[in-house]
Amino acid sequence: MSALIPTLTPDQRDSVQRLAATLDREQTIWLSGYFAGLANAGAASALAAPDAATQNGAATADGASAATNGASAGAPGAAPAEAAPAARTLTILFGTDTGNAKELAGELATAAKAQGVEAKVADMSDYKPRALKDEQDLLVVTATHGEGDPPPNAVGFFEFLAGRKAPKLDGVRFGVLSLGDSTYEHYCSAGRLLDERLAELGGERLIDRVDCDVDYEDDAAAWIADAAGRIAPERGATDAGGPNGAAAGGVNGVAPGGTGPNGAAAVNGAAASGASATATLEAPAYSKKRPFPASVLDNVVLTGRGSTKETRHVELSLEGSGLTYEPGDALGVVPANDPALVETLLGELSLSADTPVPVKGGQLPLGEALAQRFEITAATPRFLEQWATLSGSAELEALRAGDAKARTAFFRGHHVLDFVRLFPVPGIEAEQLVAGLRPLQPRLYSIASSLAAAPDEAHLTVSTVRYDLHETGRTGVASGHLAQLLHDDATVPVYVQQNEHFRLPADDDTPIIMVGAGTGVAPYRAFMQEREARGASGRSWLVFGERNFRSDFLYQVEWQTLLKDGVLTRLDPVFSRDAAGGRGPKTYVQDRLRQRGADVWAWLEEGSRIYVCGDADAMAPGVRAALKDIVAEHGGLDPEAADEYLNELGRDHRYLLDVY
Amino acid sequence: MATKMTKTSPAAAPVEVDRSRDISQPLEKLAPEERLKFNSDYLAGSIAEDLIDEITLAVDENNNKLMKFHGIYQQDDRDQRDERRLQKLEPYYTFMLRGRMPGGVCTPQQWLKMDEIGRTYGNEQFRLTTRQTFQFHYLNRTALRDVMLGLREVGLDSKAACGDVARTVMSGVHPGLSKLHKQVYEQAQIASDHVIHKTSAYEEVWFGEKPAQPRGENEEPFYGKQYMPRKFKIGFAVPPSNDIDIYSQDLGFVAIASRGRLKGFNVVIGGGMGRTDRAPETYPRLGDVIGYIDVEQLLPTIEAVMGVQRDYGDRVTRSHARFKYTIDDKGLDFVTGEIERRLGVPLAPAKAFKFTANGDQLGWTTGDDGLEHFTLFIENGRVINRPGHPLMDGLKAIAETEKCVFRLTPNQSVILSDIAPVDRPAIEALLAEHAITNTPQKGRSALRLNSMACVAMPTCALAMAESERYLPDLITRIEGLLEKNGLTEEPITIRMTGCPNGCARPYIAEIALTGRAPGKYNLYLGGGFHGERLNKMVRENVGEDVIMEVLDDTLARYAQERQPGERFGDFVIRAGFVAEVKEGRHFND
Repeated sequence: MSALIPTLTPDQRDSVQRLAATLDREQTIWLSGYFAGLANAGAASALAAPDAATQNGAATADGASAATNGASAGAPGAAPAEAAPAARTLTILFGTDTGNAKELAGELATAAKAQGVEAKVADMSDYKPRALKDEQDLLVVTATHGEGDPPPNAVGFFEFLAGRKAPKLDGVRFGVLSLGDSTYEHYCSAGRLLDERLAELGGERLIDRVDCDVDYEDDAAAWIADAAGRIAPERGATDAGGPNGAAAGGVNGVAPGGTGPNGAAAVNGAAASGASATATLEAPAYSKKRPFPASVLDNVVLTGRGSTKETRHVELSLEGSGLTYEPGDALGVVPANDPALVETLLGELSLSADTPVPVKGGQLPLGEALAQRFEITAATPRFLEQWATLSGSAELEALRAGDAKARTAFFRGHHVLDFVRLFPVPGIEAEQLVAGLRPLQPRLYSIASSLAAAPDEAHLTVSTVRYDLHETGRTGVASGHLAQLLHDDATVPVYVQQNEHFRLPADDDTPIIMVGAGTGVAPYRAFMQEREARGASGRSWLVFGERNFRSDFLYQVEWQTLLKDGVLTRLDPVFSRDAAGGRGPKTYVQDRLRQRGADVWAWLEEGSRIYVCGDADAMAPGVRAALKDIVAEHGGLDPEAADEYLNELGRDHRYLLDVY
Repeated sequence: MATKMTKTSPAAAPVEVDRSRDISQPLEKLAPEERLKFNSDYLAGSIAEDLIDEITLAVDENNNKLMKFHGIYQQDDRDQRDERRLQKLEPYYTFMLRGRMPGGVCTPQQWLKMDEIGRTYGNEQFRLTTRQTFQFHYLNRTALRDVMLGLREVGLDSKAACGDVARTVMSGVHPGLSKLHKQVYEQAQIASDHVIHKTSAYEEVWFGEKPAQPRGENEEPFYGKQYMPRKFKIGFAVPPSNDIDIYSQDLGFVAIASRGRLKGFNVVIGGGMGRTDRAPETYPRLGDVIGYIDVEQLLPTIEAVMGVQRDYGDRVTRSHARFKYTIDDKGLDFVTGEIERRLGVPLAPAKAFKFTANGDQLGWTTGDDGLEHFTLFIENGRVINRPGHPLMDGLKAIAETEKCVFRLTPNQSVILSDIAPVDRPAIEALLAEHAITNTPQKGRSALRLNSMACVAMPTCALAMAESERYLPDLITRIEGLLEKNGLTEEPITIRMTGCPNGCARPYIAEIALTGRAPGKYNLYLGGGFHGERLNKMVRENVGEDVIMEVLDDTLARYAQERQPGERFGDFVIRAGFVAEVKEGRHFND
């Protein structure tokens, strides 16, 4: 936050930060517009502004005041950019995996539009990086993946930028919003590297980078508001009084309808403004913010006796939710923590479950807050900081000050519960505990079904994470939660997370190669159900990897049927722990691809797409390396050209990743 | 090693008989299995392709049928069938492989190989069968070629252990008559090698050996492309033991000796156990003694008998295709006449012989050659280590001494035979060391020692009820009745199968149970103690309570009313519990 408002007095800063902590995203964005409007109007009072906004909505015909301009700018067919041409162009790039960065890029564009700046929004995977040198203002929202990597579909963009061909960016102003997960060692490093590199190439940093943790909403909203303010054309640069009104329109455009004093303005604005606002209103009633309680229709263990894994097939009902999805999309699952873990924690801390604690939007009893609102498994830097202070432990203090690698290793071996046990804090207050915890986050699962085959249902393939740490059994938050949803009236809150990067080709004749390991096979089940329902004629080839044939051949009978029916053209299953009773050499999907290299090459040359889903750390890079070798060998290309072939495939949306 | 069997087409049969269902008919009029065999390239099918199919550990239906001729059945773990269906996994397919071991004679090296295969691929066990051979369960399809190679290393194969051919040839194992046994066993071996199918498909499929020339008309000089109508079982008995149940064989030879020299055989034809519930046209049948031949006539006789069945057997309805039905359909006189016509000479009148039992004489015996033999009861033939009873380890240790030959008995037991007296203490020490005795774990009644059960659940696809996993416990309960009535030492035969097909030869036991549904059995009483008479069903489709009730009643009456030396199976007929079955075709009356 320190980068946010560099010129404020400490008092002002505190006030703003205190205010910011109570705001939700829409409020923050609204206020950004409000302040921008204030700045541009010169001297309105804080109280007058909402009124002005309200009046704007009613007084579209006036045309006399700046505020009125704004309202008319929001009217159908009258784009703000026409009324107030921007002095500089703005491009917003996003690099996304789960869709959060894309969503934020959209919000950023809306906020920019409110400032009278029409932004071009592009996915890094679609963007031609050579065009960077022609940009003027460039705002980037990017996630970080795996061990500090860019999102899979943005790898090409990052590689280009890091390479020698990267252009000089003199005259380009830029800002980076970086998303990540603080439990990883290389937290937000993709954004950090990008930020550094853009500066290195001569760009002018318009706004300091902000790194956002998984509870990114507030930090991101603040950054967006700030960034929007900074790209606003300077007053006088245009001949109309646009910015003021544009600010009002922007407020209307993104605010949710119907609450508070600005309700009227919001409704007006939404009704009058462009597509994004309309979409907001017409979007399903259920969303990430308001997940749908899906009832559990079926919950079976797919893995057979003797498996080293517990992989489940969970069927959820979306009936009545209005939620729809396409094959390739993910389902966000809002989990709850294991009640036994909550109880253990409370016991270790001698805290009462009934003590009220502050949570976003109010108060909850501690027990409920721990179960529903906070991450209480993995520890985070924030928790480490809090706990080091509370416990006064020199060891924790050293860790906090030490390097990230050591911290990450420590987090891997020590959950919140282990901190509590090893570094006791006698007499801790409930509020002190939750201050160090981060909000409980939904988990995304690739949907394993198609609505065409299973109307009103979403199927998930979930590997239940179970292991022992310090002689205590641990379970994954969401997978453990799903695993125990066995009773008839069980429900779980869900929402649909679109995944534009992982779609079936629109052309049903296009061949597809699907490479998946473990639960990575889930979207392919959706693909095949969809292609079967559509009567698609394109060939499809599944390369599936797991540990043991007998127990882990997920959906085996379904694949056999699909093969027999000709929906699936070809299936190459490969099992890593079957050879010589598990003592033999391990083979993985990438090995099988190499063995079938000539065919893979032939399919690619015939226009096939190749999808890769599953493990991001070993499998996806392994597959990439195998593909590179295949392309080099069968295409007669040198390694660099083979890489470029794959990059080209990626740019053409023919090499698609959904890895985690 | 033997002369080639040749296909002698019958020149004008002397009597006009119905030929509308036999091999003289065009393929399209016959059962689908006939077309499958005909088009299989002499049993090769596409087995080799299925063996490397990566999306399943099963083989397709047709190849499964063909693999039976190679000694292999596909099975699945029925305990897991339902749960795996819900898991969207295919059934837990495994394979049963049955070896060919004429007369059940097994060298220590062969025993060690079976032990090794069982431990490596067969769930750490193997099984001795009611036809004196060994079988492995739980084999993965991916292990089959390795198993086949292992068997070949020690001179074994699995040809024709199943399928529409002459099965592994049985031979009685009377340890007291070692010299005679040896001569009979040699004949059994010759017979087995003679009747075995010759197709090069076996070597091609399992060992990847391409045949020198494509398989053509001469591939199977005797069988031709369609092989037999159904399985064909041959056995040799050495009186007074009828351990091989000669009356249950399609073709049986009763050894006739003079002063310890084998002279010839009485010929018995038309036995068979299999039947189908609620299908009265199917029934078990005991063989008929049709005459005597000299030893030299053995192979021509086998060819003549099998030739009649090959040419006249029913190839339209498989449940009616066994030799026993051919005989009852065409008449015993016609069949005997046709055999004699093919032999070119009439059969001599049968010689006198006497059987006394069909069980094994357990424990130590000294043979007429001065060698020692130990007959070991193995419950249901299962060679396995159990807690406190390392049977598999013990027999392996004994095999490693190479001081005995193993003889598998038709009652699923094993004889450690041909032990020099000087070596006996070493064998006895190993038996003791591994707690191997003829006192079974669960009880020591003579009933248990005369019990047999088929495998049934969880591997057999045909089983409708438990058998091997259940009979030992049921016997424990029956032992309560025996003790109450002072019958613990009384040998009574009891056999159980999971279906009506009769793998444990149930229809000639004094007490028999055949499965109908989980926990439900048909109960039969009145079989002959030495296999000379079929039993009769007394209760249909009943549970353990009814079974125990009937046995309680009949065993109590037997204890009180039996005459000296009277067998239980004879008593229940005399006392009127069941009617005597004089001929198979009246079994269902």
